[in-house]
Amino acid sequence: MIVANSLTKRYPGGFEALAGVSFEIRAGEMILVTGHSGAGKTTLVKLIASIERPTSGSLVVNGQNLSALRRSAIPYVRRHFGMIFQDQKLLFDRTTLDNVMLPLQIAGLPHRDAVRRAQAALDKVGLLAREKANPIALSGGEQQRLAIARAVVNRPTVLLADEPTANLDHESAHDIRSLFAEFHRVGVTIVVATHDQSWIELCHGNTLRLDHGRLA
Amino acid sequence: MRRWLSQHRAALALALRRLFGAPLNTLLSLLAIGIALTLPAFGYVALDNLREVGRSASGVQQLSLFMDVGASKKDVSEIETRLQSMPGLRNVFVPRDEALKRLQKSQEMAEIVASLPRNPLPDAFIVEPADVSPAALENLRQELSSWPKVAHVQLDSAWVKRFDAFLRLGKLALMMLAGLFAAGLIAVTFNTIRLQVMAQASEIEVARMIGATDAFIRRPFYYFGALQGALGGIVASGLVFAALHLLAGPVGELSTLYGASFALHAPGALEIAALCAAGAILGWLGAQLSVSLSLRRFD
Repeated sequence: MIVANSLTKRYPGGFEALAGVSFEIRAGEMILVTGHSGAGKTTLVKLIASIERPTSGSLVVNGQNLSALRRSAIPYVRRHFGMIFQDQKLLFDRTTLDNVMLPLQIAGLPHRDAVRRAQAALDKVGLLAREKANPIALSGGEQQRLAIARAVVNRPTVLLADEPTANLDHESAHDIRSLFAEFHRVGVTIVVATHDQSWIELCHGNTLRLDHGRLA
Repeated sequence: MRRWLSQHRAALALALRRLFGAPLNTLLSLLAIGIALTLPAFGYVALDNLREVGRSASGVQQLSLFMDVGASKKDVSEIETRLQSMPGLRNVFVPRDEALKRLQKSQEMAEIVASLPRNPLPDAFIVEPADVSPAALENLRQELSSWPKVAHVQLDSAWVKRFDAFLRLGKLALMMLAGLFAAGLIAVTFNTIRLQVMAQASEIEVARMIGATDAFIRRPFYYFGALQGALGGIVASGLVFAALHLLAGPVGELSTLYGASFALHAPGALEIAALCAAGAILGWLGAQLSVSLSLRRFD
């Protein structure tokens, strides 16, 4: 499903965030990418999501080599992923429902179908009652659940998350972990960059540990 | 196709939301665009009205055909028949005796005419063609001059030529003015869209990360530019109508003083549609330039 071979990412200025990382994640697996701050977790997630391009090495997702993608093909590849950002990246000038509808509008789904599916996604994360609310009126945990609803609404094959439980209280973090567990149960491949120790312990070794850009 | 339509509908809805979401900004932009379109539009209407004045001015677009002094009645009759057989021509025969009588009525000429031993004037025709363009008048003059027993054909073309040259100059000035204001309109749209791109930076960034194509991101801005330009065209039409309404009274009085009845005519539905379309195209162009430059920083 996701195969990385000698994956390297070097930023302008020479900083090497990832140095020759190789791994394989099978379809339906849930993998936590762990490591200290600056270990390369976020970079790895961004490379899988095609938000950034590798400097060298290959990264194959669903049989497609992302390293060799044409620029014009990148948006279509990104649609196969559900992406949850550390800072959520919600749009505060739109309602909760409109935020969730954005990926469906990008995919060109007819308005009525998009509304129906967005409402179903909001229902899944327990936010349907807040569909008309502005995201700024939601709590931190609710905002993270909204970000998850937006990530899954387009039924992605791979769900990618960057520190989804950071800055959340214990209860909210538990809710988020439960949601990921539910998606894992229905067969979604999940890659989560996290340093949430409780989650790492729950995952029974399904982790990729990074240390200064290398697999530890 | 359904997806394509759905995306365009969503882009149009977003553009409308942005347009009416900041009414004061929109109003100011529409005024700026409207004024930029009003000046060339009003110039066009004014030139059109002037052209109408030229067409309707009686006695100007006519030719005087003078027969040879020795031409017989048969010759005159033959010329009259020829003139009547030509389509789009009206002619009035002025016999030489009638011409002399008219000359005698003139105070300055009466004494001179009285001293003449015989009538020196030829028979003549006043010819009024339907096509009064300078080129057509000149062609007709040359043709009539070549007829037998025709001594001279006089075209009062100097005034027509001067008027036509004035109109051509006006048209050129109008085109330069239109070009200048078109650039102004593009600049206004460019700046509005640039500010919009800055305001929507987070939305653009998120949309890109979750799979939006360049076309998806650009589309609402194109619609915005085109809508703003088209609405600017409507504002300009309103301003032109208002100006014509204000001018109608004084122009009517002026034409009465010259013994004519002339009324300003307003632009028609087709001309208003063309003005809105021009505004929309220029707005779209401004949006395209602005989006192309502003979105580079998201690459």
